[in-house]
Amino acid sequence: MQAIADKKGVKRYLISLTVNGDEYSPVIKGNTLLVNLLRDELDLTGTKKGCELGDCGSCTVLMNGKPVDACLVLALEADGSEIITIEGVARHGELDRLQRSFIDNAAIQCGYCTPGMILSAKALLTRNPHPTEPEVRAAIAGNLCRCTGYVNIVKAVLDAAEVKA
Amino acid sequence: MFLPDFDYYAPESLTEAIGLLMQLGPSARVLAGGTDILVKMKSGLLAPSALVSLKNLHELRRIRWDADRGLVIGALATHNEICNSAVVQERFLSLAEAAHKLANNQIRNRGTIGGNLVNAIPSADLPPILIALGAYVTLKGSDGSRTLPVECFFTGVSRCALEPEREILTEVVIPPQETTGSTYLKFGLRQSGALAVVGVAAAVTMEGDVVRDARICLGAVYKTPTRAIQAEQILVGKRWNNNLLEEAGRAAVGCCLPISDIRGSAEYRRDLVRIFTRRALKCAITKGHV
Repeated sequence: MQAIADKKGVKRYLISLTVNGDEYSPVIKGNTLLVNLLRDELDLTGTKKGCELGDCGSCTVLMNGKPVDACLVLALEADGSEIITIEGVARHGELDRLQRSFIDNAAIQCGYCTPGMILSAKALLTRNPHPTEPEVRAAIAGNLCRCTGYVNIVKAVLDAAEVKA
Repeated sequence: MFLPDFDYYAPESLTEAIGLLMQLGPSARVLAGGTDILVKMKSGLLAPSALVSLKNLHELRRIRWDADRGLVIGALATHNEICNSAVVQERFLSLAEAAHKLANNQIRNRGTIGGNLVNAIPSADLPPILIALGAYVTLKGSDGSRTLPVECFFTGVSRCALEPEREILTEVVIPPQETTGSTYLKFGLRQSGALAVVGVAAAVTMEGDVVRDARICLGAVYKTPTRAIQAEQILVGKRWNNNLLEEAGRAAVGCCLPISDIRGSAEYRRDLVRIFTRRALKCAITKGHV
């Protein structure tokens, strides 16, 4: 990896990664977190920041297909990886089944947990197209909804799974 | 939340990584999954001058069965890779189950077994079952490597035998064994994303109804994960029944020294140790697989 030091001696690094299918080659500082790269540099503010300690899951993104907390991943560690954020879930202006299902089931209240919920659920349905309710609950256990709308969220994921069949 | 800056290195080989650690000095740290160290850095508990990322050391990610050595788990295997690994499920299902009880899905996709050990918090979920199964770790340094039983690895709260300025934990090995059943039971305040209030691992070797060998390890009730030797001694050579397991549970209480904290009082933890030791033993004895 290429490191560049400026006049003050601050090091920056050139990385390349794919976000929602687009290739980026940002120059970042060592302490840039993936969530800050996405929000501040790439302007993808759909990924939310909550606890910033890996408890709440609002910053969930898919890294090489797996849900991770973007607040606990250095942008440097994402070098060479494929990231999907909530902005990459809808295709050609059309909502994903999961997104449609969240709307239809009133699974969104304040909406802050929703991007993370959708991405955790998306990873689950990709791996396991017909999950049971306990499997859905386990998959979104790392995503906290403080409006406590879990009943409808679980319903929405199960509904989207049905449609997929 | 502010993350202090640091120099970052991503070496391509283990030798290069160890060389970097020695060259960078005592304030450099190894970065594996980052789920613990980045939290510590954000919380101001740690401010390393440099991080040496192990992300390119793919050989440390492997999980494999070796007929002589047993189950060899690379230090960079994530918790989800361990719980989903066919060879882990086949040989030591209890380890896969323990890995699944840890944190939440997002953390399990990043956090590694090596990091879980080196972080060395008393409530960590993997050490009790690894100790019950007699696992050991390999620590590689510039002048060769040494192995250490996981049981001897922890030296205090957040302290372990690894010398961070010159060593890297490279693998965790569970040797082939006679064990007939094992399990790890965790009591947390929630089902997911909660640290253990008490964790109990048990591994037993049964001959019919007679306990030939038993190893019990308690988590979150002492400054390190700790064996309940007195409880083990009560069991060995005896035909098992519920009273015997209760007796072992009471003996296990004498082997721990829990603190009171936000998750539970010391008294509550002692009672949980009794009950979970009894349950873990019953589960290991009756479930019929390791």
